[in-house]
Amino acid sequence: MHLTRRQTLGLCAGATVLATIGPAIPAAFADAAAAERSLMEFTGGKTPEAGKITLTAPEIAENGNTVPLSISVEGEMTEASYVQSVLLLADGNPNPGVATFHFSPMSGRASATTRMRLAKTQTVIAVAKMSDGSVYMDKKQVKVTIGGCGG
Amino acid sequence: MAVPKPRVKLPKSVAAGDVITIKTLISHDMESGQRKDKEGKLIPRKIINKFSCEFNGKPVFSCDIEPAVSANPYFEFDAKAMESGTFKFTWVDDDGSIYTDEQAIEVK
Amino acid sequence: MQIGRQRVGKYLVLAAAVLATSSLTVSTASSEPVNDELVIDDVVKMLTRAPAPEGHPLKEILSGWLYRTDETRALEADSFQNPGMLYVERGEEIWNTVDGKAGKSCASCHGNAAETMAGIGAHYPKWDAEAQRPINIELQINKCRTNNMQAEAYKFDSPDQKALTTYVKHQSLGEPVRIDLTQGAMQSWWDKGKELYYTRTGQLNLSCANCHEQNNGKYIRADHLSQGNVNGFPTYRLNDANMVSLHARFRGCIRDTRAEFPDAFSDDLMALEVYTTWRGSGLSVETPAVRQ
Repeated sequence: MHLTRRQTLGLCAGATVLATIGPAIPAAFADAAAAERSLMEFTGGKTPEAGKITLTAPEIAENGNTVPLSISVEGEMTEASYVQSVLLLADGNPNPGVATFHFSPMSGRASATTRMRLAKTQTVIAVAKMSDGSVYMDKKQVKVTIGGCGG
Repeated sequence: MAVPKPRVKLPKSVAAGDVITIKTLISHDMESGQRKDKEGKLIPRKIINKFSCEFNGKPVFSCDIEPAVSANPYFEFDAKAMESGTFKFTWVDDDGSIYTDEQAIEVK
Repeated sequence: MQIGRQRVGKYLVLAAAVLATSSLTVSTASSEPVNDELVIDDVVKMLTRAPAPEGHPLKEILSGWLYRTDETRALEADSFQNPGMLYVERGEEIWNTVDGKAGKSCASCHGNAAETMAGIGAHYPKWDAEAQRPINIELQINKCRTNNMQAEAYKFDSPDQKALTTYVKHQSLGEPVRIDLTQGAMQSWWDKGKELYYTRTGQLNLSCANCHEQNNGKYIRADHLSQGNVNGFPTYRLNDANMVSLHARFRGCIRDTRAEFPDAFSDDLMALEVYTTWRGSGLSVETPAVRQ
């Protein structure tokens, strides 16, 4: 696919936020940009810092249909300061949104686990928004295999 | 599957201030809207789009769900037990159906 | 979203082209099945390794559980998290539901399945003297439905058939698989099953043995090949996000050699069920197992 200069610049700008945090991972073009847009919408335009939130996902998913993942945000949850929400994105899926967790001071700990569908090898991104408006993120690449055989 | 069945797991009794882990599962195909039938037509999306947990009427945890969540959706999360009462769990289907489950907890 | 079958199909065409020009090349990348114990809910100890029965070409037989990733194995070890248990619950519902003109449910005759079905699933397929062929759980259920409940037989792989079969077999969780080849003509069906197991089929010219006996432990594309034992069926497959019956699996595997695949419960597949069940003798019933 031949990219125009305009397209290349647009994609580079989109990939910037994701690229500046953590190791650079080659982005599947349109998908990373869509994930970027969802991320910015969630943070209200703020660029998340690395840290505070940990995303756990397998390095290799045995099957893309059911990939376990968890997030955990450090720090106590109190009325004064707590994790409001955590957004999960998958930058290689047809649509990047996976889920948004909403916590409360009653959560005790901002941690959650679920299972997601990944269409192919891609980067999963978790963004935490705190009650004071600060935002943090973590990401992991998950390799998704296409199995050999059967039924 | 037949009528989606929820199941929840949490401790029956804990000390005040303990943070407990709650596990939930519900049977549901979570039809993503991406699949095609034998004739090549898109099978319409039909998923559980929201899960929420309340304690004694107050929100504890909830999740906005997209089709990228796997079939038979599983959610595990924490809650701080301060007083005895009842956890109520709600799952909302795209078609408007609502599934619920409840479990009481004793907090000493 | 589902990993496209269409995509799998395309790759298989490619694979067929490659394999047609060379003998079966399974990746030399391999890993040992894990050295891990399966104890469900830290309570139910499962036999995932067993000495092979006499006449078996391998020395030790291993459950497919040992070939799966950490995450997949963890799903089976926790009966709350195991999505297959949702189908066990559904099966229990069906067990207790009246169906058919006789106004009976399974429970009407069989009472509490946890008692009456305990251990039963570990000893199927059995010899059916009336039909003069082996019978498995699915066919036994249909026999009961038509003869005793005056209900319609389940169509192959109907959701209710899968749920009820899963429920019945689950009552034997942990029990070592052991079938009786001395009954009726079971031995000749075993012979037939063995012959099929070693017969290459399809454009890819593969037999069950090529993958599951000669290359278990190696990878076929990204699948870690197991010994192909059947002690966990019906199985919750992540690929399907649903229960998969044994005959559906047989048909799928044979289809993937690019051969025409036999009908469910046909003589060929019943013979294969007898033989492959025997190959896993001594392993615990794991239904509902979790696999990729």
